[in-house]
Amino acid sequence: MRTRAVGEHALLVETGGAEATFALHAELIRRREAGSLPPVRDIVPAAATVLLDGVADPGSLAAALVTWRIPPAPRSTGARVELPVRYEGPDLAEVATVWGVSPDEVVRVHTATEFRVAFCGFAPGFGYLTGLGDEHAVPRRSTPRTAVPAGSVGLAGAYTGVYPRSSPGGWQLIGTTSAVLWDVDREPAALLAPGTRVRFVAVTDTADHRDVLGKGPR
Amino acid sequence: MTGRALVVVRAGALTTVQDEGRPGHAHLGVPRSGALDLPAARLVNRLAGNAPDAAVLETTLNGCAVRVSETATVVVGGAACAVTVDGRPVPWGAPVRVPAGSVLDVGPAASGVRAYVALGGGVTVERVLGSRSTDLLSGLGPAPLADGAVLPLGPEPSDRPRVDVAPQPGAPRELVLRTRLGPRADRFTEAAPRTLATGAYRVSAASNRIGLRTEGPALAHASTAELPSEGMVLGAVQVPPDGLPVVFLADHPTTGGYPVIGVVHEADLAAAAQAPPGTPLRFAPWKERGGARRG
Repeated sequence: MRTRAVGEHALLVETGGAEATFALHAELIRRREAGSLPPVRDIVPAAATVLLDGVADPGSLAAALVTWRIPPAPRSTGARVELPVRYEGPDLAEVATVWGVSPDEVVRVHTATEFRVAFCGFAPGFGYLTGLGDEHAVPRRSTPRTAVPAGSVGLAGAYTGVYPRSSPGGWQLIGTTSAVLWDVDREPAALLAPGTRVRFVAVTDTADHRDVLGKGPR
Repeated sequence: MTGRALVVVRAGALTTVQDEGRPGHAHLGVPRSGALDLPAARLVNRLAGNAPDAAVLETTLNGCAVRVSETATVVVGGAACAVTVDGRPVPWGAPVRVPAGSVLDVGPAASGVRAYVALGGGVTVERVLGSRSTDLLSGLGPAPLADGAVLPLGPEPSDRPRVDVAPQPGAPRELVLRTRLGPRADRFTEAAPRTLATGAYRVSAASNRIGLRTEGPALAHASTAELPSEGMVLGAVQVPPDGLPVVFLADHPTTGGYPVIGVVHEADLAAAAQAPPGTPLRFAPWKERGGARRG
C-alpha cells in the first residue's frame, strides 16, 4: 500500500486492485463509524485506489495508514440488490462474439455472477461493477452513442454498469433494467453505492419493462 | 406569481443558481459544484444580510436581468459590471433596494467573468442533496436560467450590515495558480514538471464550470499505459492525451482516468473563475505546506 499526496488536503492510497480496495474501503468506513478516523469529507474508492479528500493533516493520516492491519473485505455483509434485466441490448451479439460464446451464454454468465460496486463516477449513481473476469473484458464501442437510454446495462473492460439517466456513452449494451438507479429523495440516492452486492436477474415480462420507459430514474 | 419571487427577463449566456455546493457525495459520483468564485458569493450574501450559504445567481460574461415581485435588497459583486434598476445606474458591490416590479439589470462584465447576485432572502429553489446549486456536469439542481423562468425568494432579512462599498479583488491580468506536484507527476517525462512551472499558458475559451482549459506548451506523458480511474479533487490539474492541462473546477467529475500532474491551491481557484479567455496563466511551483507566498 502506497500513499500519494494530492494537494494540501487529500491523500491517494494505492491498493493495487479491486479486492484490496474493497478491504481498505470497508476498514475506512468501519473506523469512521467507530469514531477512530480523523475527519474525512470524502472517501472515494476507485479501480485500484481510495481517495481521502478533506483531511486536515494528510501527512499524519498517511503515516498511520501504512501501519494498519486491514482484514479482507467481508464477503457476506453489505447491501445486496437484484436488478431485473431484459437481455435485449443492441450489443449483445457483439459481446457474444468477443467472448466467443452464444448470446444465451452471455446471459447465463452475467446472471450467474455476483457483482460488487467497486466505485461510482461518470454520472451520479453510475456504479462500476466488478465480478466478471478479465477473460470477459470487452472494448468500448469505437463510436460512443450520443444517447444511451436510462436503465441500459452495459459492459466495458471487465466492468458492468447501468446508466442512471439518459446520457452519451460508449459501453456495450446488453440489456435494460426497470430499477431506479438514482433518486435524490431516497437515502442513499444511489441504488448502487460502493460495496453494494449486485445480482442481475433475467426477465422477459414486458410489464416489468414498462416503467423504465414510463418513468425512468429521475 | 405567489410569494416573493424573481422573474427572469434576460437569462444571459449562462446564469445558474449557486450556493456552497454539495460536498461529501463524491463516492456516489456527485460533484461538489457550488459558486466558482466562492469568496464573491459569500461577500454579496453578507452585504445583503443573507447567510453565507444562501443561494445566489452566478452569471457568465454578459450578466442577466430579473424582475422582483416585491421590494428586495440586492447586491451584485464578483465580476465588475454596470448595474441598473429600471434603466437607472445603481452601485455595484453595495446593497441596493429594488422596488417591487422593477427590473434589475446586471450588465456585461467589464473585467472578470462571473458576477454574483445576492437577493435578500436568497433564491429558495428546492435543495438536492443539501444544496441548491446547479451542477452542469450531472444535471442536479435547477436548470440554468431561461427567459421567463420564475424562482422563489426567501423572506427578506430584517438586518443587514451597514456597508457602503466592500472592496473586492479585480480580475487578474495574469493568472498565477500555485500548484503542488503530484499525485501522478511520475507519469510524465522529466521535463514536464519544468514545462508546467515555466511555460507561458493562456486561459482557453473552452473553459467552463467543469474545468479551466489552457493553451500553451503540451506536457509529454512518459507512459501511454492506461491509468485506472481514480478519485479527483477540486483544483486537480489533469492532463489528457493532447498534453494541455485542465484545472478541475466545481462541477468536475469525481473520478477520472487521465493523470493528475499537480493540484492548484484552493485559494487561487476564485481568481481562475474570473480569468477571461486569453488571460496569461502561470502554474507557480508551490512546495511549502500551508502558508506559501502569494503569487
